[in-house]
Parts: sequence; C-alpha cells; structure tokens
Amino acid sequence: MTIEQVQDSIVEEFSVFDDWMDKYNLLIDYGKDLKVIDPKFKTKDFLIEGCQSKVWLHPEFENGKITFTADSDAIITRGIVALLIRVLSDRTPEEIISADLYFIDKIGLRQNLSPTRSNGLLSMVRQMKLYAMAYQAKSKL
Amino acid sequence: MTRVKDISDIRKDFPILNRKVYNKPLVYFDNGATTQKPQCVIDAVDEVFTTYNANIHRGVHALSDKASEEYENAREEVRSFINAGKKEEIIFTSGATGSINTVAFSFGERYIRRGDEIILSNLEHHANIVPWQMMCERKNAKLRVIPINDNGELLFDEYLKLLSPKTKLVAVAQASNALGTILPVKEIISAAHSRNIPVLVDGAQSVQHGIVDVIDLDSDFYVFSGHKIYGPTGIGVLYGKEKWLTEMPPYQGGGDMVENVTFEKTTYNVLPFKFEAGTMNFPAAIGLATALKYVTSLGRGNIRERENQLLQYATEKLSQIDGLKIYGNSDNKISIISFLLKDIHMYDTGMILDKLGVAVRTGTHCAQPVMDRFGISGTVRVSMCFYNTLEEIDILAAGIKKVKSMFA
Repeated sequence: MTIEQVQDSIVEEFSVFDDWMDKYNLLIDYGKDLKVIDPKFKTKDFLIEGCQSKVWLHPEFENGKITFTADSDAIITRGIVALLIRVLSDRTPEEIISADLYFIDKIGLRQNLSPTRSNGLLSMVRQMKLYAMAYQAKSKL
Repeated sequence: MTRVKDISDIRKDFPILNRKVYNKPLVYFDNGATTQKPQCVIDAVDEVFTTYNANIHRGVHALSDKASEEYENAREEVRSFINAGKKEEIIFTSGATGSINTVAFSFGERYIRRGDEIILSNLEHHANIVPWQMMCERKNAKLRVIPINDNGELLFDEYLKLLSPKTKLVAVAQASNALGTILPVKEIISAAHSRNIPVLVDGAQSVQHGIVDVIDLDSDFYVFSGHKIYGPTGIGVLYGKEKWLTEMPPYQGGGDMVENVTFEKTTYNVLPFKFEAGTMNFPAAIGLATALKYVTSLGRGNIRERENQLLQYATEKLSQIDGLKIYGNSDNKISIISFLLKDIHMYDTGMILDKLGVAVRTGTHCAQPVMDRFGISGTVRVSMCFYNTLEEIDILAAGIKKVKSMFA
C-alpha cells in the first residue's frame, strides 16, 4: 500500500466513530498493538522529548528501507506513534521525506491532541523525516 | 456557612462557565493556571476602550486625565486590598513573574555581592527560581534551598539552619502551585527579620484565596498576578517597602520613570513611577481593581470557607478511588489537589478528562524541583476556586473512574 492508501484507511477506521471517546479507545487499542521497541534503544539517544510524555524512536535502514520501532510512556501517545509507524515505517527515505501527512488533520488529531507540544506529534514526524534525510544522504555517499 | 451570594448566583457572574466543551458542560479545574473573569471585570476593561482610552500620565486632555485617575484609583484599590501602608509601595508590573524579575535585578544590583546567599524553598514555581539563578550568576552569589517532607511541608528547622550572615534575601511562595501547601510565611519572615534579612513573598497562589495582609505579614516584598485573581492577563503587582524601593535602582528605563533626561545624565521619577517604564497596561490595572472589589464583595472569609469545603470534599472523594495517590498532604492547603493514578500516565488521564469536559492541568506545573523531590515526572492538578461546585467534583471523580476503566 502507498502512504496515501494507508492514510485513507486510517481515516476510514476513525470515521466510523462520532464520539471522541470511541476514537480514543481506538487509539488506545492501536497503542497496545504497537510492536515494542527493543529495550536497549530506550535511551536518551533515541528519546524525543515532548513536554509531558516521553517517546523513543529507533530507525533501522535495510535494503533501502527504513523500519521504525518506538514506544511511549503514555498510552494515547503510543497510539499516535503506532499510527505514524503504520504510515511511515518500511518506506524508502524518499517516500518518507516527501510524505504529506494529511491523516493527522482528517481524523482531527491535530486539533484534538493539541497542544502539540504536550504529545510531541510534530516532533515525532520531524524526527522521522530527519532520519530519512540522514539515510538518504548516507546512501548517496 | 454564611454566603453573600448563592453559588448559582456566583456562577452567573462568570459567563464562560456556561459554555460547553465537546458538548459537555465545562468543568473548570485549572484555576491555579488562570481564573475565569466575572462580567464586571470584562465590562470594566471594555469601558476603558469604549469610553476613555488615552495614555496615562501624559496628556493634558480629558480622556488622559480620566484614564490616569482610574489607573491611580486602581493602585489605591490594590493597596487597600493587600493592606499596604502607602500607594507609593504598589508597583504595577506584567505579572508575578515580572515582579520577581524586577526585584531580582534591582535588589541584586544594589545589595548582592560575591558569595552572598539567597534562600528559596523546594516548593517554588520556576518564576521564583530562575530570576534568582540569573541574578546569582551575574553576582557570583548562591541559592540555598529549604527542603520539604513527604507531605510537601517545609522543614522549618532546616530553614533556620540555612539562615546565616551570608543570607541577603529569602524568597518563598505563600502557597505551592504544584501541591497546594500553605507555607508558614509569617514565621519565615519573623525568623529572617530577627537577623535583619528581608523576605519576598510570592503570593501568586495565595492572594486569590483570601489570605494576604502585608502589614500583618511584615513582608518586604509581596508579588502576585492579576489573572489568577479574576482580573485580566498582563497585569501584576509588586509591593515593596518604601525603604527598599527607594534604595533600589530602576529595572527598566523609558518614558514616565524619569524626572529629567539629558544625554549626560538622567534623574529618576519618584515612587512608584521609577519602576513603571513605558506605557503601563492601564486597562488591565483597572480591570484588576474591579476584580479585587468583586473578591472583597464576596468576602474573603466566605471564599476561604467555600474553598476549604471544596478541598475537603474533593480530597475525600478522590482518596476513595483505588490506586489514586495524592501528592501534597499538608493539613494547611489551598484548594489544589495534585495526584497520579497507579500505572496510568498523567497525560492520558488529562486527555480523557478533557474529553469529558473537565479541564485540569498535567505536567510539572513549572515546578520541576517539586516533582524531582517526589521522583515523578509530573502530576494531574485539580485547582478549585469558589465558583466550583460539589457536583463538579462528582463529575471529576466519575471521570477518573472512566479513565481507569479505559487504561486498565
């Protein structure tokens, strides 16, 4: 599936629910399903410091694709991380760099998980793109 | 209890309390961050802009005269509210933070030398830590910190041990914004004064709960923010004893704070204007005065009584919830409850409560050293005030139970 297709299916999964509580329950479920990061990567080097919840993000570059694993100490944040990984993991650096992440707005994450500084949503996206840029630069060497 | 007004009437004074969030009635428990405004305050600020807006202390015209007069009346209202001796001892600032920065700079310039010490408590808000740290760096001075016990109470004997000939100032909160503890500031001041050490009291979390009288406290400096006492944002108060304010150099230079300016030499205006450079936020000062009148009309004793009732009810109600731990268990607290749920991140708790219409604050509450003391990264803070109701506390408790079921 392309990045667009994955985003569209996420939007559809959330559109079933009108009530915000149901949407959060869905997010919590995604969080629980998140493949947990290897504990050895839960270090300061891989920490994206948001204001309130911690997020660890680890990239692995193999066969031209980046695989992300991650975790958070807050479950809702872990749900958001899970969604981002679903969209951006196992992609080429080019795909990640050029990805337009419209699903965040479409499912109302941006407004309803605001302020962004408290969940670090934007820092997570920025960090994923930075890793992609780094690997892209490295593979061109 | 005796009430000037019934609680339903009080709530009618605050238009925002009628609104809904996510289709649920707003339950506003973030009063420690900022309080809502009664209609009279909104009207007072509105009136400035619609009928007499003009720069203060400058013009010769009618509007400027009126604005200046109302601004100076506001100063008198503040003086009387905190029971200060003289109007000249009341400086308007941008907020408690602005007030502390003023003292940290001006007091520091005048009195602090290498090796001197400033005493703070472990309970301070960052606003009563960082300005002193900056000053200490400039002056090669040192901060000393009064520790607290597991209930979040100050260890008074440790404080006494810290007082020394090196101590040049003690700066403490009257109430902790993170835990709600009320500090024994009167005793703190009298111990310091017996050694001729001045004391600054940060009243940002206490003045709105009806507990301040600077004459009775005998504090050398007292600061608070307008927006936490039902007034507008962008206005704060610095009370300082005339002796200090006269000796201290100005903090900022600009218009209105000067007497005579030439390129060779400037002489400064008298108090309080020496510390009020530039155009002050006079509409907010006027709004603050209206807020203080409103608080006085409710009766500070009534406010204390009402808020104690809310605190007691909420403490009981929340203590019954399995796995909920309250941080800050002093017998003497303002109406703040800081808590964590076992195995549930504060952020998850706060997010779900928000969706239920309940506004709380999560995080360190700008008091990281308090969180470090308890080895936690933050708490969920419920900060109540007189317009909150027992029913709202029930909604909160039900919300917390809902959170527990979702993250179980």
